Amino acid sequence: MTAATLDLGDARPIPFHRLVSVELRKSYDTRAGFWLLMVIGLLVVAAEAIVLIVTVVQDEPLSYGDTTAVAAFVTSVLLPVLGIMVVTSEWSQRTAMVTFALEPRRPHVIAAKAMVGLLLTLATIVVALVVGLVTVLLYAALQGESPVWHFGWTGFTAFLVTQTFAMLGGFALATLLLNTPAAIVVFFVYRWVLPGLLALGTALIGWFGSLAPWIDFQSAQGELYDFPLTGEQWAQLFVSGVIWLVVPLLIGIWRVLRAEVK
Amino acid sequence: MSMNSMAAPGLGHSLDISGTTPTPFARLVRVEVRKAYDTRSGLWLLISTAALTAVVMVIQLAVGATQEDVSLTYNSFLTSTNFSIAILLPVIGILLLTSEWSQRTAMVSFSLEPRRPHVILAKLTVGVLLAVAAVVIALVLAALCNVIYGVVSSDPVVWNLEAARLGGFLLLQLIGMLTGFAFAALLLNSPAAIVFYMVYTFVLPGLFGIGAALMDWFDSVRPWIDFNFAQGPLVDATMTPEDWAHFAVSGFIWLVLPLAIGVWRVLRAEVK
Amino acid sequence: MIQVEGLTRKYGSFTAVDDVSFVCQPGRVTGFLGPNGAGKTTTMRVMVGLTPPTAGRVTIGGHLYKDIPNPGRHVGVLLDASAQHAGRTGREILEIGARTMGLPATRVDEMIELVSLTPQEAKRRLRNYSLGMKQRLGIAHALLGDPSVLILDEPANGLDPAGIRWMRGLLKGYAERGGTVLLSSHLLHEVEQIADEMILIGNGRIVAQGDKKSLLAGADGGKASTLVTALDNTALADALTAKGFTVASAGEGLRVEVEPVEVGRTALEASVVLTDLRAAEGGLEDLFLELTAETQREHTA
Repeated sequence: MTAATLDLGDARPIPFHRLVSVELRKSYDTRAGFWLLMVIGLLVVAAEAIVLIVTVVQDEPLSYGDTTAVAAFVTSVLLPVLGIMVVTSEWSQRTAMVTFALEPRRPHVIAAKAMVGLLLTLATIVVALVVGLVTVLLYAALQGESPVWHFGWTGFTAFLVTQTFAMLGGFALATLLLNTPAAIVVFFVYRWVLPGLLALGTALIGWFGSLAPWIDFQSAQGELYDFPLTGEQWAQLFVSGVIWLVVPLLIGIWRVLRAEVK
Repeated sequence: MSMNSMAAPGLGHSLDISGTTPTPFARLVRVEVRKAYDTRSGLWLLISTAALTAVVMVIQLAVGATQEDVSLTYNSFLTSTNFSIAILLPVIGILLLTSEWSQRTAMVSFSLEPRRPHVILAKLTVGVLLAVAAVVIALVLAALCNVIYGVVSSDPVVWNLEAARLGGFLLLQLIGMLTGFAFAALLLNSPAAIVFYMVYTFVLPGLFGIGAALMDWFDSVRPWIDFNFAQGPLVDATMTPEDWAHFAVSGFIWLVLPLAIGVWRVLRAEVK
Repeated sequence: MIQVEGLTRKYGSFTAVDDVSFVCQPGRVTGFLGPNGAGKTTTMRVMVGLTPPTAGRVTIGGHLYKDIPNPGRHVGVLLDASAQHAGRTGREILEIGARTMGLPATRVDEMIELVSLTPQEAKRRLRNYSLGMKQRLGIAHALLGDPSVLILDEPANGLDPAGIRWMRGLLKGYAERGGTVLLSSHLLHEVEQIADEMILIGNGRIVAQGDKKSLLAGADGGKASTLVTALDNTALADALTAKGFTVASAGEGLRVEVEPVEVGRTALEASVVLTDLRAAEGGLEDLFLELTAETQREHTA
């Protein structure tokens, strides 16, 4: 029997959680992804070891909050790179052809990739909490003291938010540029060079000082560490966030949705 | 199985290479220069670097012209390249090498010139030429900005570029390019090399700074292992003999060592 | 000529090429035949110095590849037509090759014309090329330096039937003018039609080599078979069986385990009208499958 139309009666669309689990797997099943995660892990351990040695030798205090912050800082540097490569590697390795052939609803694929970025962020936070715990226990054992459980919840929440924004920032630049080297360079400049430039502008130019808070997403996020925020600070966070996150992400997604995939 | 094919070699069985000269180095360099700009990504990277240099200087010029308390000199225009050339030149250095791997053109490059050290040296030469070109562009743009600044501002025009500063500026850009090239040779992967370079330039100095602030012993070790820090006096053209010693030791760690390991790796790599 | 001597390449415990020796003669097209993953590409990569051998060596015209000055002028290489920068135009890729070899720019136009790429196609970037166009460009690149030795890995891959015929003519003409050609393929029919000499490789080892005739002779001990169709197949079959030949029905006709001349003679004696008489070519394919049986992914019984 040959039917002129495909019988789609039993076919169900690909569920979103399956797309997410596939994208998650794609983030670490290549040598590049695997080594990036390995390097992050090794650097976290190395950084904690250095901190542990230094504090014990110098007889400095070390709390759970401190050890967690060290691990969190290390992951925050490299994790957005993974967020970038989740998107751009589909283009550089030309796997987008396969991905979009299996799931032509491109918004679902992009959403799944963004979800993977968020999950990885959460995962590193968990890793930071665990590694921090081990370090602080080691410190207590070496010093013969009971561990200091001081933990700044405000700082932790702020870190959670800034880290998520960092990941999404990388993701947005990646969708905008669709090119690994370009996205990485722009991301590092955005994250590490731009704040200095804006501060310089503020120091040199009077009127820029009142404009800067509205376009400086990094310092707007910095305010989160001194929770609660004033109404103006919330507004600044929102406006700068629209400039650096929402606009690139929208243009980027629009670009991916209508791109000819080669 | 027929053994006909194993018959004694006759005429024309050996390759007469007496008339062929080896590929001259200058030709390799010319080809590598062309490869640096003949793709859209390569061309745009070069254009972006030049454009960013100009944009940063123009912003600086605008700030200097409108702000009463800011006075600019020729040298301060040059310093602004910290935010343009200094960031992108190393990326150019990285991609010169890694794109051969990511685009798999190394297969062709090394089959047309199996003497791999020549190919690497040609690429390194291109890197140096591009760094020199970037310096020349920066000097010209800075001169233009300084002249305009003299016209639009009430401040006097200062042409303060001593030989030591010029030498230091050129050396800094060359080091940036070569460090990128060295990391690229070490990792042979564009994203990894770029991330490594960015962390080394933007993140590591802060960490070294924290370490030095917390520990006295680290503060004294730092100049010997922090190449970025050791380049500081070069910017200000105040290099003392001890500074040069710091420069040499930290440069060995961050430039010579990765370059040596990287080149050794490229020479014996199986090219896929 | 190309001389491969005791070549072995191991990756850890995996042996990709296992003690391989053969010679490619000038004036002949040598086909390098084997199933996927048999070690053809690894052998060719060692030839041009991209992969260091674990043991053994390859000389081209008596020299190691790395000792040949400006090797593009002597040896044309096409290992992977996709291993080019996706952002370069076809013309630019040839231009870079020509400059490296120190050739005039006119050579690029000649090659583009030779491989029948239109000027418009040559201006397109490689990422927009079809597989067949990449292959044509790769062949053009290999021929740029007017080499006397050609090493081509799966050159017919992706070419359309007209393209395959064109390439066959090109390489035959090249060999007739004294050039040495080594080309690899996993398709028997492709190699059979072009190669004067065949090297069969499976699992990294050479399983047979020689020209087509001697390969067949070596394989079935000189046994030939014939495909024949007659107006009266039954009468012919009876006559052949009476002479002691093995007869089986095949398609519309018969398959007889004897040379065509014997079948023709029998038909004449039995006064049977033949509509088709030819040597069965299946022998080589059977041989290929048999020799590489252990290395085949599908076990053809």
